[in-house]
Amino acid sequence: MRRARHLQVAVLAAVLTVSMAGCGKDKKNSGSGKKVSLKAGSTMEKLNKAGKVTVGVKFDQPGFGQKDPSSGKVAGFDVEIAKIIAGEMGIPEKSIEFVESVSANREPFITEGKVDMVVATYTINDKRKALISFAGPYYVAGQDIMVKKGNPKAIKAVADLNGKKVCSVEGSTSEKNVKAKAPQATVTLFKTYTECAEDLRNDKVDAVSTDNVILIGLIDKAKDDFELVGDKFTDEPYGIGVKKDDTDFRNFVNDVLEKIYKDGRWKKAYTDTVGKFVKEAPEPPAVVRY
Amino acid sequence: MNAVFDHLGDYANGWFTTIQLAVLSFLFAMAIGLLIAAMRVSPFQPARVVGTAYVDVFRNSPLPVLTLLFWFGLPKLDIGISRFITAMIVLSLYTGAFLGETIRSGINSVAVGQSEAARSIGLTFTQNLRLVILPQALRTVVQPIGNIWIALVKNTAVASFIAVPELIYRTSQINTAESQPVPILIGAAVGYLLLTLPSGAVLSAIERRVAIKR
Repeated sequence: MRRARHLQVAVLAAVLTVSMAGCGKDKKNSGSGKKVSLKAGSTMEKLNKAGKVTVGVKFDQPGFGQKDPSSGKVAGFDVEIAKIIAGEMGIPEKSIEFVESVSANREPFITEGKVDMVVATYTINDKRKALISFAGPYYVAGQDIMVKKGNPKAIKAVADLNGKKVCSVEGSTSEKNVKAKAPQATVTLFKTYTECAEDLRNDKVDAVSTDNVILIGLIDKAKDDFELVGDKFTDEPYGIGVKKDDTDFRNFVNDVLEKIYKDGRWKKAYTDTVGKFVKEAPEPPAVVRY
Repeated sequence: MNAVFDHLGDYANGWFTTIQLAVLSFLFAMAIGLLIAAMRVSPFQPARVVGTAYVDVFRNSPLPVLTLLFWFGLPKLDIGISRFITAMIVLSLYTGAFLGETIRSGINSVAVGQSEAARSIGLTFTQNLRLVILPQALRTVVQPIGNIWIALVKNTAVASFIAVPELIYRTSQINTAESQPVPILIGAAVGYLLLTLPSGAVLSAIERRVAIKR
């Protein structure tokens, strides 16, 4: 038996080696050697010539950008989008350098040229537009509702929160949104969402409501306990940050987004990542070319 | 300033919850304190050990930790109690440890001869404590107990950590609505002063009345 297993492993290893060698050859073809027509003098052309790109992503956001501590790889929807854009510039996956960009250093990383683009749950707003430019949106996040697995209180939409106990964080916009959209809800306030999750687990509240991205992070830690309702009642469009007024690059990224909306690659990237947490059908948002 | 006056009703709601929490917790804490003090001066060694352990645990644990631990921990043991009751239990247990030590120091201040005399006329340990020692001991620790009461009134603020709608919780809500932290927090401070300043006066009066004329 043991010998047989050894043999299996050996065969598997051999097959993998061969197929990986094959991959390498493919990469070379589709890599810098691939004919991608990029506007002369543009950021895309420069990156293509350099053969590598640096992308700012989150390392701690399940579903979007999360670093696996054992393999050191980052995975998520943002990461997939970055890989596709790099691919369209003729840059293979292994030549992408992912850099952790926490919320506070996203703008400085772009303006100082530490990264070529930022794909990091990055909400498009006017304050940020003054410093950098946004392509996209490629995803619209928003406030959603988390309930116990199996949804015992049958909460399907924000209106169902009326008459229910809902947990949120003190002083947050989430708290205000719940009070505005479900005035008859009893809102319980804690300091952190982890505490809200614990109250939900102990049946002290019926639901937790805040940005779906935060809820996805909570569900990721307790997949057997919680689920997302999937009724977004606010809009947080996520864009791809590039250097301010780099119109060529921005247009290029927007073109890529529109292309992958049509050819199904956006949908696949979504269902492989965020889609695992949210049941709703993926719907790509319209690109805004401001 | 309108931010404060528009919300007097919210402040009042929170204030009454704070008073209830403080008064109920103090009554239970006093019972715990007397018991613990009695255990710590008891001739029965296991009682002394348990009393000491109790004081060590509750006097040395941060109040927010105890509060969150009880609120999130008790449901794991299938004990379902309300936010208010949880806060009251935690505050009673915590304050009880301090009261226990304070009362014990009062007991130790009573001259040894008192206890010897009580024993020589045949009083048991409990009779001795109840009839001879404690009436003298408590008189000497009126101010320290008052300090603990005032600390307790302000400590009730930890109940906001588990969303008990007391004064601080209401204050944060008012602040969320109005975004004017300075006047709104001053409003909360006034709320606590309305409780603690009269307490100070009452305590001095009590102390004067019960003082042992030496």
